[in-house]
Amino acid sequence: MGHYVIRRLLQMIPVFIGSTFLIFFMVYALGDPVAALFGDRAPDPAVAAQIRKDLYLDHPLGAQYVHYMSQVFAGNFGTAFNGQAVTALMGSAFPVTLRLTLVAIVFEAVIGIMLGVVSGLRRGRTVDTSVLLLTLIVVSVPTFVSGYVLQYLFGVKWELVNPSVSFAAPIDQLILPGLVLALVSLAYVTRLTRTSIAENARADYVRTAIAKGLPRGRVIRRHLLRNSLIPVVTFIGTDIGALMGGAIVTERIFNIHGVGYQLYQGILRQNSPTVVGFVTILVIVFLMANLLVDLLYALLDPRIRYA
Amino acid sequence: MRGFGRVACAACAVMGVVVAAVGCGGGAGIGGPGIVRASWGDPQNPLEPANTNEVQGGKVLDMIFRGLKKYDPRTGATNNWIADSITSSDQQNFTVKLKPGWKFSNGEPVTAHSFVDAWNYGALVTDKQLNAPFFSYIDGYDQVHPASGVPTARAMSGLRIKDNRTFTVRLSQKFSTWPDTLGYSAFYPLPRVFFTDHSGWLKKPVGNGPYKITSYTRGAVMSLRTWDGYHGPDAVRNKGVDLVVYTDNNTAYTDLQAGNLDLVDDIPVTQLKNVDKDLGGRYINEPAGVIQTITFPMYDAKWGGATMDKVRRGISMAIDRAAITAKIFQNTRTPATDWTSPVLGAKGGYLAGLCGDACTYNPAMAKSLIQQGGGLPGGRMTIGYNADAGSHKEWVDAVCNSINNALGNGTACLGAPVGTFADFRRQITAKTETQPFRSGWQMDYPLIQDFLQPLYYTDGSSNDAHFSNADFDKLVDRANSESHPALAVTDFQNAEKILAQQMPAIPLWYQHGSAGYSSNISNVMLNQFSVPVYNEIAVRSP
Repeated sequence: MGHYVIRRLLQMIPVFIGSTFLIFFMVYALGDPVAALFGDRAPDPAVAAQIRKDLYLDHPLGAQYVHYMSQVFAGNFGTAFNGQAVTALMGSAFPVTLRLTLVAIVFEAVIGIMLGVVSGLRRGRTVDTSVLLLTLIVVSVPTFVSGYVLQYLFGVKWELVNPSVSFAAPIDQLILPGLVLALVSLAYVTRLTRTSIAENARADYVRTAIAKGLPRGRVIRRHLLRNSLIPVVTFIGTDIGALMGGAIVTERIFNIHGVGYQLYQGILRQNSPTVVGFVTILVIVFLMANLLVDLLYALLDPRIRYA
Repeated sequence: MRGFGRVACAACAVMGVVVAAVGCGGGAGIGGPGIVRASWGDPQNPLEPANTNEVQGGKVLDMIFRGLKKYDPRTGATNNWIADSITSSDQQNFTVKLKPGWKFSNGEPVTAHSFVDAWNYGALVTDKQLNAPFFSYIDGYDQVHPASGVPTARAMSGLRIKDNRTFTVRLSQKFSTWPDTLGYSAFYPLPRVFFTDHSGWLKKPVGNGPYKITSYTRGAVMSLRTWDGYHGPDAVRNKGVDLVVYTDNNTAYTDLQAGNLDLVDDIPVTQLKNVDKDLGGRYINEPAGVIQTITFPMYDAKWGGATMDKVRRGISMAIDRAAITAKIFQNTRTPATDWTSPVLGAKGGYLAGLCGDACTYNPAMAKSLIQQGGGLPGGRMTIGYNADAGSHKEWVDAVCNSINNALGNGTACLGAPVGTFADFRRQITAKTETQPFRSGWQMDYPLIQDFLQPLYYTDGSSNDAHFSNADFDKLVDRANSESHPALAVTDFQNAEKILAQQMPAIPLWYQHGSAGYSSNISNVMLNQFSVPVYNEIAVRSP
C-alpha cells in the first residue's frame, strides 16, 4: 500500500506541471491584463510598461511560467491587482468554499443515497418511478435557475432565510446555497445508488445472506449497501473537486465570497495571479481527492489490493 | 463487515478534520440605527486617489475626501470647496489659495503641501498610478513621467509652494477650464501618513471628507461613519454608510427586496420591467455623464479612406436609436444627438441635435450615402464588443439588425464578440481591431473638454479611433486658450461639428444611472457620475 501511495504521488508531479502550465498559458494568452486595468481608457504607455515590468510580464511566456512556479514553491502566489497577496485571498476564500462544499456533500450523500436505496429496493414501483422523474427534472434544470428560484422563494417570498450570505458565511446560512449546489450531483448519486442496489440485490451473496436467515436490515446495510456504494464513493470523491471549483454560479447568486467569487473576479478582470493560483490549488485538491477515493476502494472491497 | 466500520471511521475522521480546519463563521453584521446599507463592488485597484479610475473605488474616495473643487450634484456647477480662489491672468499660470481650517481626520491640517505632494506622487511614473495622465497638463510632467526610461525629476517643476495656503501651477499649454477639472478624485490632497506608512494607509485610508473609514474587510464590506471633525458646507444627514460587496447585481436587488439592503445603485437590466412594481416609486433613472459610441478604426485604410466619411455617416443614420433604447434598455438610455452628455447642461456645452441629420434615423438616406461612399469595405462589417459584461450582445445585434434592414442585406453587419474585456481592450490598444467596435466614455469631470479632447484630439490619451484632424485640433487649442468659458464652449461645439461630418465615432445613446432604495431611507439622488450622493441620504428612525 505504501508503495502504491508513493507511486501515485510521484505520478502527480507531471500531471501537476502539465495542468498548471496549460492554465498559465491559457490565462496569460487570453489578453492583456494591463490594458484591462485602464478600463475604457487607453493605457498610459509609461505606467503600463512599469506595471508589466513589476509583474514580470515583459518576459517570454516560458520564462514567466518558470518564474511563477519558482515563486509558488517558495510559497509566494503573487499579488492580486488590488494589492492583496493571493495567499491572503486564498486564506479567506477556501474555508468558505470548503464549508459550502461540505454542506453540499452531506446533502448529496445523505439524501442521494437514501433516495437511491429506497428506489433501488422498490424497483419498478411508484416510488421508483417518481424518484426517477424527480431526478430527471433536477438534472435538466440549470443551477442558476434553481438558485434564483429557490433564493426568491425562500428569501423574498417566504422570508425564511436571508437571500444572500454574510461575509463570515456561517454554516446555517450555507444550507440553502449548499442544497442548490448539491442538487444536480444529488440526482446523479440517487441514480447511481439505485442502479447499483438494483443490480446487487439479485447477487448470489445477498441470496446467501437471506438464506442464512439474517434480518433484512442487516442484509441491506452490511452486505448490499457496502458493495453497492463503491461507484457512489468514486463519484462523490471526484465531486469534491468539481464542487469546489464549480461553485462559481452558486457563489455568485448567493453572494458568497469563496473560491468561485475570486475566480470569477479574477477572470473578469484578467487578474492572472489570482486565477492561476486558485486553479493550481484546485488541481491539487482534485489529485488528492482522486487518490483518497482509490484508497477508499481497498477499505470498501477487500478483494482490491494495492501493491 | 469490519471493513465498513473502518470506512465509517475514516470518513468521520476526515469530516472531523475538515470541520475543525474550516471552523464556524461568525462576525459582525452590517447596518444599525442611522446607517445606510448600500451595495458596492470590489474596487479594482488599491484605493489611492490617483490610482482609482473606476466608479466603485471612486465612490469611497468621494466620501472620505474633499478636493479643491466640487461638482454640485444637482446643477453640475463647479464650486470652490477647499479652494478659496484659483486665479489666472493668462490661462496658463494659476494661483491656488486654500481656505483655512480644513483638516484630515487624523488631525493634520490640509495645506498646499498636501496637494502638491499628492500630485507629484500621482504623476511620478515609478508610482504606477493609473490616473497619472491627468497631471500631464502641468509643466514638468515629462520629466517625472517620461514615455520610456527613468524619470529625471521627482517633482513637477510647474508646481510651486508659496506659503502654507498658497501654491502656483504652471501648465505646459493654455487650458482655460483647467481649474474646473480639479474636482476629480485624482486631484485630492493626501496626508503625510500616506507617504510615511503607505501600506497602513491602504488598509484604512485617511482623508479629509465627511466620512471616515472605521473598518474595511477587503473584498467584503467597508464601514464608513460620519466624522465629527468635518466642517465642510455639505453636512451629512446620516450616521454612516456600510458598503457591502456584491458580485451579482441580481443578488443585491433580491436583498433590497428582502429588506436586507437599503440602496442598490445598479439595477439589473432583467429587473427593469418589474422595478416600478417591486419598489413602488423608490427608483431613480436619470442621465449620467456616460456616452456609448461605435468607434471606427480610422488607422485602418479600409475605414479611414477619403470617401469613407459618407459610409460612416450612412451607418450612423441606419441605426434606429429610439427603438433600441426603448425596447432593449427600457428607456434607461436616451438616444444621443451629440458627443457630450445632457448632464453638462446647455451652459456646459451640451447641445441637443448638434449631430443633426447624421444621427437621425433615415434608412433610405443611409443606404444611398453608404453606396455613394463606395459601400461597406468588402461588402460587410462587424461590430466588436466584449461578451463578458453588460448586455452588449443584445444591443450590438439590434444595431446590426437595424443596419442590415436599411441596406436590405441580412448579413451585411454582424456582432463580433471578444471573450473578455481585457482581450477586447488589448486588440484596440494594439490597433489589431480592423472593424468598428463598441466604446463607452464616462466623464472624469463635467466639462465638454473631457468628452472631446482625450477622445478625438490627435494622439489623445483615449483616442481609440486614432482620429486626427488639423481643424479639430486647432479649434480645441483655441477653446483651451479662451479667457471666457462661454467662448470656450462655442469653440468646442464647433470642433464637435467636425465630428458630425467625419464621424470617427457614432454617438449611440446617453447612459442613465439607476438606483433603487428601501423605505428606510429617503432623499436619495445620483450625481452626474451616477454615484449616489451618500451624505444627503436621510435614514428613517425606527
